[in-house]
Amino acid sequence: MKTSFQRFIEKFVEGLLFLSGTITSFAVILIVLFLFKEGWGLFNETPVEKGSVIALNKSNPVQELTAQQIKNIFDRKITNWKEVGGNKDSIIVFSVNDISNYYSDAELGDSLQFVPQRISELMGKKTGIIAFFPTEYISKNFQGRILAMKKVTLTGFIKDKEWFPTAQPAAQLGILPLILGTLWVSLVAILIALPFGLATAVYIAEIADARVGKILKPVIELLAGIPSVVYGFFGLIVIVPLVQKTFNLPVGETGLSGSLVLAIMALPTIITISEDAIRNTPRAMKEASLALGATHWQTIYKVIVPYSISGISAATILGIGRAMGETMAVLMVTGNAAIIPHSILVPMRTIPATIAAELGESAHGGLHYKALFALGCVLFVMTLVINLTVDLISARRKYSK
Amino acid sequence: MVKDYVKKPKVMAKDVNLYYGDFHALKGITLSMEENTVVALIGPSGCGKSTFLRCFNRMNDLIPSTRITGYVMVDGKDINDRSMNVDELRKNIGMVFQKPNPFPKSIFENVAYGLRVNGVKEAKFIEERVERSLKQSALWEEVKDKLKKSAFELSGGQQQRLCIARALAIEPSVLLMDEPASALDPISTAKIEELIYELKNQYTIIIVTHNMQQAGRVSDKTAFFYMGELIECDDTKTMFTNPKHTRTQNYITGRFG
Repeated sequence: MKTSFQRFIEKFVEGLLFLSGTITSFAVILIVLFLFKEGWGLFNETPVEKGSVIALNKSNPVQELTAQQIKNIFDRKITNWKEVGGNKDSIIVFSVNDISNYYSDAELGDSLQFVPQRISELMGKKTGIIAFFPTEYISKNFQGRILAMKKVTLTGFIKDKEWFPTAQPAAQLGILPLILGTLWVSLVAILIALPFGLATAVYIAEIADARVGKILKPVIELLAGIPSVVYGFFGLIVIVPLVQKTFNLPVGETGLSGSLVLAIMALPTIITISEDAIRNTPRAMKEASLALGATHWQTIYKVIVPYSISGISAATILGIGRAMGETMAVLMVTGNAAIIPHSILVPMRTIPATIAAELGESAHGGLHYKALFALGCVLFVMTLVINLTVDLISARRKYSK
Repeated sequence: MVKDYVKKPKVMAKDVNLYYGDFHALKGITLSMEENTVVALIGPSGCGKSTFLRCFNRMNDLIPSTRITGYVMVDGKDINDRSMNVDELRKNIGMVFQKPNPFPKSIFENVAYGLRVNGVKEAKFIEERVERSLKQSALWEEVKDKLKKSAFELSGGQQQRLCIARALAIEPSVLLMDEPASALDPISTAKIEELIYELKNQYTIIIVTHNMQQAGRVSDKTAFFYMGELIECDDTKTMFTNPKHTRTQNYITGRFG
């Protein structure tokens, strides 16, 4: 018979478990919500930082400019309004520092108190002007027209090809090069890691002497315990020069270097999970094959690998997931150039590396900060898709057995 | 009886000792079987009958640290000899396991597997052989319309007959059966027994069973194992009506084991 005290303890422990479960789930959901709330904020922003404006002459018919166009105008790549849908008039680029080109110090006042007024004047006079200046310089009855900026859009965010979030006057928030960099680096890493991982797994599970396996397995598991920054260091010292020499490149910090480091890092995951899957092949299945006169090798590739294929693909996908989310090592060896990669032998920048490198220097709550959060959401969605694929595969695996 | 001794033994074990590490699993077993007979190996669990069965296709090789002494002869050749190609040997000795263990492949591919791994490429030959084997194992009528379906979709009894068909497809001369009906219901068991009776005409069959009635129904000879020793081996009828050893009698009548 249970005493009432025992019953109370049981209830208490049950309650404790319930509580911890609830709190944990709640925390996870809150984290995800926070991530998306911060990230979503980006799409209420314009690419021009708060506190600054872009203004045109009142007669200028141009209503809207994209961040890309603004950048090109201020880079003097677009020199005529015609190119952005305006009148045929050459563009005069103006920023606050240029004011002394137009007015003498006396005209600006001793403590620059006349600057707003002068800007306003200038805006009224020059038809082709585009000006970028802080909002505090907007005077009463301002003679120019403040350009309405388009908000950042999701499609633009994903499709644009330039990532330059601190650009003035308009931030360039295109993450396509980052997405492609992430995919290139992780996919090539898996292409390298999979054959080696699978071969090692088959070797340990099927071919190696039990004693060899006993030594090899802990060594491989040790690989998983090495901090990623150490891998990055190793990559920087060994792999980067190696890649540079082998392919005769100007720089060794390329996507391939990142892929090689990631491949080494993904190996333990791939090996341990596929080895488990291979070991889970029922002995009866192997014996049936051998009893039919199949050789050991035929048994491996005709029965054991097909039988454990779902486990092996789960291992692969988990490996990709690990590679995609990996930050430090990749940050150290890929060169971090946010350009659309056309080959694996160019510097690349991945999403996690971008977040790690830039979050520290972005102003809290600013445009850049929100863009990085949105970037985090994109990465989250990418890894979520991968995890769901794993679930799907393992569900299918259970069904087929 | 005299006639039996004239026949050349198909399968023979002489002074076989087998060790799993330090454990002495088979103790000096000597037993011979003629062609086209069914020999039943009976005995309590752990008595070594399955181990003995697995000596004939060298399945014990798979278990690390096993050691075997004595001779196991098939068609007059020592199968543990170094010159013996173990894959060739296993082609000649079919095996059916305790639990149905089809491959995760289609029904057709399961039966064709043995042919394919042995280098048969001709599609027509494989098709004919698969059909014949499935007919031999009395499964053809049930599966002929779904040969492309996964073998896992079959019932346990059907799976076991599929495993028999798979073993028959490469035309072995000896068939080893390790409690082939122990995981099956009575109807499937009856079917398998019927099958064994028919297969006897073409094969030498060694069957391990826990079921005394089954041993009585299907076998010509019965061997009783106890603690790694062969206690008694005789014609099944003699064995079941007039066993020489009391231990055999006790086991057969169900007094122990």
